[in-house]
Amino acid sequence: MSTAATLYDKLWRSHVVREDGDGTALLYIDRHLVHEVTSPQAFEGLRLNGRKLWRVDSILATADHNVPTTERSHGIVDPISRLQVDTLDQNCQEYGVTEFAMNDSRQGIVHVIGPEQGATLPGMTVVCGDSHTSTHGAFAALAFGIGTSEVEHVMATQCLTTKKTKNMQIVVDGTLEDGITAKDIILAIIGKIGTAGGTGYTIEYAGSAIRALSMEGRMTICNMSIEAGARAGAVAVDDTTINYIKGRPYAPQGERWEQAVTYWRTLTSDADAHFDKVVTLDVRDIKPQITWGTSPEMVSTIDGHVPDPAQETDPVKRMGIERALAYMDLAPNTAMRDIWLDKIFIGSCTNSRIEDLRSAANVVAGKHIAKNIKLAMIVPGSGLVKRQAETEGLDKIFKEAGFEWREPGCSMCLGMNDDKLAPGERCASTSNRNFEGRQGAGGRTHLVSPQMAAAAAIAGHFIDVNEVKN
Amino acid sequence: MQKFKKFIGLVVPLDRANIDTDAIIPKQFLKSIKRTGFGVNLFDSWRYLDPGEPGMDPGTRKPNPEFVLNKAIYHGAEILLTRENFGCGSSREHAPWAILDFGLRVVIAPSFGEIFFNNSVKNGLLPIVMPATKVDQLFRETMATPGYKLTIDLERQMVTTPIGETIQFVVDPFHKHCLLNGLDEIGLSLQYVKEITAFEKERRQQQPWLFNL
Repeated sequence: MSTAATLYDKLWRSHVVREDGDGTALLYIDRHLVHEVTSPQAFEGLRLNGRKLWRVDSILATADHNVPTTERSHGIVDPISRLQVDTLDQNCQEYGVTEFAMNDSRQGIVHVIGPEQGATLPGMTVVCGDSHTSTHGAFAALAFGIGTSEVEHVMATQCLTTKKTKNMQIVVDGTLEDGITAKDIILAIIGKIGTAGGTGYTIEYAGSAIRALSMEGRMTICNMSIEAGARAGAVAVDDTTINYIKGRPYAPQGERWEQAVTYWRTLTSDADAHFDKVVTLDVRDIKPQITWGTSPEMVSTIDGHVPDPAQETDPVKRMGIERALAYMDLAPNTAMRDIWLDKIFIGSCTNSRIEDLRSAANVVAGKHIAKNIKLAMIVPGSGLVKRQAETEGLDKIFKEAGFEWREPGCSMCLGMNDDKLAPGERCASTSNRNFEGRQGAGGRTHLVSPQMAAAAAIAGHFIDVNEVKN
Repeated sequence: MQKFKKFIGLVVPLDRANIDTDAIIPKQFLKSIKRTGFGVNLFDSWRYLDPGEPGMDPGTRKPNPEFVLNKAIYHGAEILLTRENFGCGSSREHAPWAILDFGLRVVIAPSFGEIFFNNSVKNGLLPIVMPATKVDQLFRETMATPGYKLTIDLERQMVTTPIGETIQFVVDPFHKHCLLNGLDEIGLSLQYVKEITAFEKERRQQQPWLFNL
């Protein structure tokens, strides 16, 4: 058998504490990110069982799901949300966990602040009670979401009991045209392999188009690995990775930096490594993507149409399309550009980083949102992203165009705070899930890139971003 | 966690693919800091005609008579029969908590979202993966036979239909061991404190930059 290893094989092997004959392993966890929704029961479990926290300096916590994105000086109005955020604050205080609380300038979406602080580093295992932990795989880390029982397990043992997945490589080659982004690549991938296509695999994204992406773009791609069914996605280390990390608050410095970089450079798949499945895409075939249904695989392109269920031969799939069209209130064969919108949401752990805001601002500069748009909001991924955008004057561009400029958090990606769709409202959203009721009961979500959301805000309906820019 | 014992349970068919955890337990109910009480809000937006908020008295809600879990013939069901990719989406463990709290103990589907699958096992909910053709057959039989029950035998990894047909299923040996014995996984892992400590010490020497918060 060949000794050549994939990036995932290397990450896995370097974290196995022990392994049973059947492949069940105890895997060491380097970084544990914590937020208010999936942690209270875990802290409670520790207390009930009289267990200690194994390694407090592995944990970074923040409140992101429940926090308001409007004025915060008076705290959280909703008493149930407030209790959950207060509980996180109390738990972090009691156990001595580093927390960026709601009014800390570094607070933000957990998957934005980890990389931003250099708390996510190559070669790490990174977990969080949140499925979009796959985001951190962009740094050649093994990063995946866990449930609350596993959160408690990591707190108590610094390990997880788990089994190795299979290896999948997705090779994306070609040069990105104007108007095509990382979001379009990942939506096209999900459209191709389906929402269960990656189940049982860790995906490594490779190819010239991935290499050409910034870290922000790579994070967008790895983020939505879970929407392709894979718990983890990863990208090998290169100069882009190293340059992004250098100088961040928790990144190593001096001699340790040199030592770390030498190791990080080994975090790539060997040339002859074996992948159980390989998928290839050429970005020249990718057009701006828009979802039409209630699953991320239900995706079309700006020049495409809503499908006709009558054309689907598989009865389970046909029923799925019919249900989705009924929920989305769309007629078969509707042109995507004829879909009119009520709200625009630019934010979430998928697309709320500085590059996302710059690309959206570039589209709306000097223009104004259409009359039919009731609300267009920009929710930066962190306090630091917000400040950077303000330094660059992006907030002014957005406000002049009719957008609301908000405080950082998960916001309308899932509507646990006040940012929600009303029943029947239709939204162009840069988030990651178009499930029924995700953005508010009865709300209708179309997933798009920040540029496409910005273009839709100006036109009032979906439109190719290149038409708006010109 | 309770020991998973052999039982005969009523089957409720939920004929949809890609049921996500947002549908299983909508986000407004995730604000609780407890592990219990989620059952009344299982599939909330499908199960009720009025919008659900935390703390509502279930007695005042308007159940959707069309939703399968609300039909009288399925009251007391313990086995959920459903389609591909059940439990995809968010990592919320509130999903298996809600399913168990409602009274279901087994979910049968051709495939599951991975995090949901893990979360289920850790709470004593048994997810059974069965080929799509077998699931199809069980759907047909459940629809045709009011009061359709299956025998679930985890020890022998076997599902038995009312006419005595047996269907074998695969289960991870470690998961099986934990479920059958109702074991606390953290307790099991803490048997290896020495190994973890030794591993960590070496790691700290080789990659000191990982220990920095």
